[in-house]
Amino acid sequence: MNPLSEFIRGVTRDNPIFGLVLGLCPTLAVTTSVENAIGMSAGTAFVLFFSNLFISLLRKQIPSTVRLPIFIIIIATFVSIVDMIMEAYSPSMYAALGVFIPLIVVNCIIIGRAEAYANRNGPFYSVIDALGISTGFLLVLMLIGGIREILGTGQIVTFGHTLISLPVNPSVTTMILPPGAFLTIGILMAVINYQKEKKRMRGE
Amino acid sequence: MSETSLFTIFMEGVFIKNFLLIQFLGLCSFVGVTKDVKSAAGMSGAVVFVMTMASTASYLLYTYILVPLKMEFLSLISFIVVIAALVQLVEFVVRKNVPALYRSLGIYLPLITTNCAVLGAVLLNVRSDYGFAQSVTFGIAAGIGYTIVMLMMSAIRERSTLVSIPSSMRGLPQAFLLALMLSMAFVNYFWVIPI
Repeated sequence: MNPLSEFIRGVTRDNPIFGLVLGLCPTLAVTTSVENAIGMSAGTAFVLFFSNLFISLLRKQIPSTVRLPIFIIIIATFVSIVDMIMEAYSPSMYAALGVFIPLIVVNCIIIGRAEAYANRNGPFYSVIDALGISTGFLLVLMLIGGIREILGTGQIVTFGHTLISLPVNPSVTTMILPPGAFLTIGILMAVINYQKEKKRMRGE
Repeated sequence: MSETSLFTIFMEGVFIKNFLLIQFLGLCSFVGVTKDVKSAAGMSGAVVFVMTMASTASYLLYTYILVPLKMEFLSLISFIVVIAALVQLVEFVVRKNVPALYRSLGIYLPLITTNCAVLGAVLLNVRSDYGFAQSVTFGIAAGIGYTIVMLMMSAIRERSTLVSIPSSMRGLPQAFLLALMLSMAFVNYFWVIPI
């Protein structure tokens, strides 16, 4: 087990959305723009980093029969911290993400990693795992957010800078409405399945 | 306290702000437990039950304990504890008194503790500044909206298992594209009706 391969595993094979299929609610709900996607992933990354670190440090003290309530309390503590920090320093982002910041507490990614990884590995590797998973989450959210924003509004505006602007505005408003989220993730998943199948066929 | 009428809150909870298709709350169960109508109905029953109870209990807790003691910062932790305790309580009561109901709902009850729909309903109640009747109405309405969509989705998926589609579209991609069509219908029909 080396740190780099553990980090890459979080982005590729154990990618939270396309590999493990966890945390779908925020993935679909907040990806109306790249900016929201970054904000959501930053909040999730903060919580995942500290919950993995603390659960891994405390893993020998936590009795296994009551471990889930203890995990939830640890996670809820960090989610409350993120909630308050975001409300204080970035009120517009906080308003855009709405109820999904406090809902990080029931995000299956966090409790899933606590149970499957931090509870069995040392603090160093748990932190690496948290960073890898968070990076994977960020990349997927930015991809979905980017596709939806550019098709829905014709440009990508992030923190006041226009990154990409199409000469013709496609303005498929549906893409930034709820159905656009289902369409984007459904097609992306089908493409990834297709690639996996092709790879398997070539391997055999 | 918010002035919104109960009827508006009910219609919003069921259709306009449908939890599954518009707000994306509780999607894990939406793609996970909709392979057949029977389990979708079981899950929906459990969600309606717990959501109504959780809205009531969390309103009382927030208004009469957390606000007077100025401990709103503990609201998230206390809500999750309330929901977990409530699920346990419901499980005990149902198992002891209504064994038939327990056999059909039993396995879905533990899933609800980490279902974001229930916590989402509770948090939305607090954020919208709803009073007691409004909170309970919203809890019931959100549960009914959840049930309608779960039943529609599971019925469609049950029939579409034998459809011939490319193998890479099977499973989740297919489920998401079906959800796309349902979601389109909801957005187009209900977002143009002013209430």
